[in-house]
Amino acid sequence: MSSKIYITGMGVISAIGNNVAESFASLENLKSGVGMLDNIRSRHQDHIPVAEVKATNEELTIMAGLTLDQQSTRTALLGLIAAKEAVRSAGIKDIKEFRTGIISATSVGGMGMTENLWNDYLDTEKTGPWLKYIEAHECGDSTEFIADALGVKDYLSTISTACSSSANSIMFGARLIKHGLLDRVIVGGTDSMTRFTINGFNTLMILDKEQCKPFDANRQGLNLGEGAGFIVLESEKAAKGKEILAELSGYGNSNDAFHQTASSPDGAGAYLAMEKALKINGLKPSDIDYINAHGTGTSINDLSEGTAIDKLFSKNVPSISSTKAYTGHTLGACAVIEAVFSILSIKHNTIFPNLNYKTSMEELSFKPTTVLEKGKKINNVLSNSFGFGGNTSALIFSRHQQ
Amino acid sequence: MEGFINGIGIISPQKTFGTDDFLSEVVEHNSKSLRCIEPSYKEFLNPVLARRMARIIKMGIAASNVCFKDAKVEIPDAIMTGTALGCLEDTEKFLLAIIENDEQFLTPTSFIQSTHNTVSAQIALQLKCMNYNFTYVHKGFSFESAVLDGLMTLAEGEAKNVLVGGHDEMTDKYYRVCDRIGYFKEETVPTMELINSKTNGSIAGEGAAFFVLSNAKSESTYAKLRGIKTIYKPKSNQEIESKITELLSSNGLTANDIDVVVYGINGDARFDKTYYHLKDNFFKNSTATYFKHLCGEYQTAGSFAFWVASKLIKTQSIPSAILIGDSRSRGFTSDGEQGLAIKNVLIYNTFLDSDHSVFLLSQC
Repeated sequence: MSSKIYITGMGVISAIGNNVAESFASLENLKSGVGMLDNIRSRHQDHIPVAEVKATNEELTIMAGLTLDQQSTRTALLGLIAAKEAVRSAGIKDIKEFRTGIISATSVGGMGMTENLWNDYLDTEKTGPWLKYIEAHECGDSTEFIADALGVKDYLSTISTACSSSANSIMFGARLIKHGLLDRVIVGGTDSMTRFTINGFNTLMILDKEQCKPFDANRQGLNLGEGAGFIVLESEKAAKGKEILAELSGYGNSNDAFHQTASSPDGAGAYLAMEKALKINGLKPSDIDYINAHGTGTSINDLSEGTAIDKLFSKNVPSISSTKAYTGHTLGACAVIEAVFSILSIKHNTIFPNLNYKTSMEELSFKPTTVLEKGKKINNVLSNSFGFGGNTSALIFSRHQQ
Repeated sequence: MEGFINGIGIISPQKTFGTDDFLSEVVEHNSKSLRCIEPSYKEFLNPVLARRMARIIKMGIAASNVCFKDAKVEIPDAIMTGTALGCLEDTEKFLLAIIENDEQFLTPTSFIQSTHNTVSAQIALQLKCMNYNFTYVHKGFSFESAVLDGLMTLAEGEAKNVLVGGHDEMTDKYYRVCDRIGYFKEETVPTMELINSKTNGSIAGEGAAFFVLSNAKSESTYAKLRGIKTIYKPKSNQEIESKITELLSSNGLTANDIDVVVYGINGDARFDKTYYHLKDNFFKNSTATYFKHLCGEYQTAGSFAFWVASKLIKTQSIPSAILIGDSRSRGFTSDGEQGLAIKNVLIYNTFLDSDHSVFLLSQC
């Protein structure tokens, strides 16, 4: 059994970049990806800003190294692009060299196709190659698409716990290695923009009509985003001799058990998840150098999360920011995209600013970091992700100590 | 890794809920889409709350509730469920509202309940259970992932009782959609004839089955779960056999030690051959049973089989409804009479020939 979980590769695609290098450049240049919707048609496209990957499905197919007849759902394509980058960056030449699995996460799976084709599916007079998207509706389908393209076969699973989904895929993957069931796991998640989610969040009245302002007293809600991310977790045996980007040194999952969609005012679930994450490797709150917050920009989340953080850190909160104003809230993919940002933070000793912040929240002791901070040694990053259904997760990424 | 199956609650197209009976009577649905026999939810849910809830959420709450009572567990240390399609009815409702009203006049209720983790979340919410909570959504590996997580969680040492479950629902429209890609048969087949069907496709099914897995045996123990394996797109029967052998040998067993095999035979002429190969070769000395004629085919049907296997061991009998043809080896009769002890039961199940799974359960 491997007690350590090494991260040896990462890949990401979102509104701020098609790969890790582009994303890092956007983060450093304070370049937000929030804008107007181009790739899908929606009644709301002129007044609800979103963070969209500016590429059509055809362009994504080519980017993923496929031919157009191999096209799949946007969710699957985004996922494959990020997963391929992760595998490449981990220097994996032979995927079968070690027992390798893939754990992905998504909140709506192939809904992007289903919502366009639903009436055609039900019309038996109509037929075409698009019938293949019926199976692609299922969340697990994008995972199998990615696994088949990479040749991963030893273990597959998919997790859907709303906006905490990919934190849980990272956690589950790490535990599969710790139990000795796998040597290497490609973990992450993917979600594409859909009318289903735009309208869903819109009915809840939690979409900001401007760029989101996490942790600001005048925050108006979130911006939806789309994207995917994957990281490669390896056991000590599999990672031997490789460059280690970081270690996954903590993870915690709990349930707020308060309300189907709203977080509890005191953030009890969030507190428990962070506490559990610290416990895994016996870290103390004071060991955390930077918190990449869930920070969606909704009234309820930021208060709940902030209150839990204040409690855990006894109001002695380290540097903290939400990067949601860059990428939008990418739902099932947000935790792994922010995992990539957390690893970049460690690698470059950089804290990415919380964009659009002006007025502090009276209820909280802390203010988020609002400028790009470089130079302070970042050894441990705590990253939170919370979702509908009370699902709360926290991960800790740490500098690899030789 | 192992766990004791200490409680069960299951709602299915058969009379499985709130009874100790083990398939003594088969419910004939005369349909290509088997739907669950639902209980009254009054006992489990406030009627005001229940009215706003979709069928699958209510089934999940009722089945898990009975499961906890069966195991005499009040609050589980973890909740992990598997569902391939999540809350299909609410998803469909919100989707149709978007399409029909061109993204206007929408209300949030069905969107809120459409997320795949709603059932796990509602169970936690009802119990005020703040513990570990996961929802797996991987086609034919959904329930299987939840079970593996359950075993891992018990092995990690802090949890004593975990809830694992599988749930999926079918709707009229989604049936029609899946029917377009050959999931289901053109003809209606009587329940006990499904196994003899020579046509493509199966019958649709659904269900909600929950189990308490515990780290210790109790008065209510059904069986011991000794392992699970999933096999993704196996290339040959040999690959399947070697994976089964791995699972058996890690438990000090061989194929000859398996008294009963529960096969996922679903009457689909395209895919049933894997089961028959195992039945006639690898497990030729084991009694063969099947179950999908009773619950239909669905991604988390493995959870129905898990109930069947648990009951086989606990009751030490095999209902005639699940025995395959002339399978009377080892002294079992087709009348459900008791024969030799049922010590080891293996489940072999697949979904569409890509997601294969094996469970090993034993008497304890």
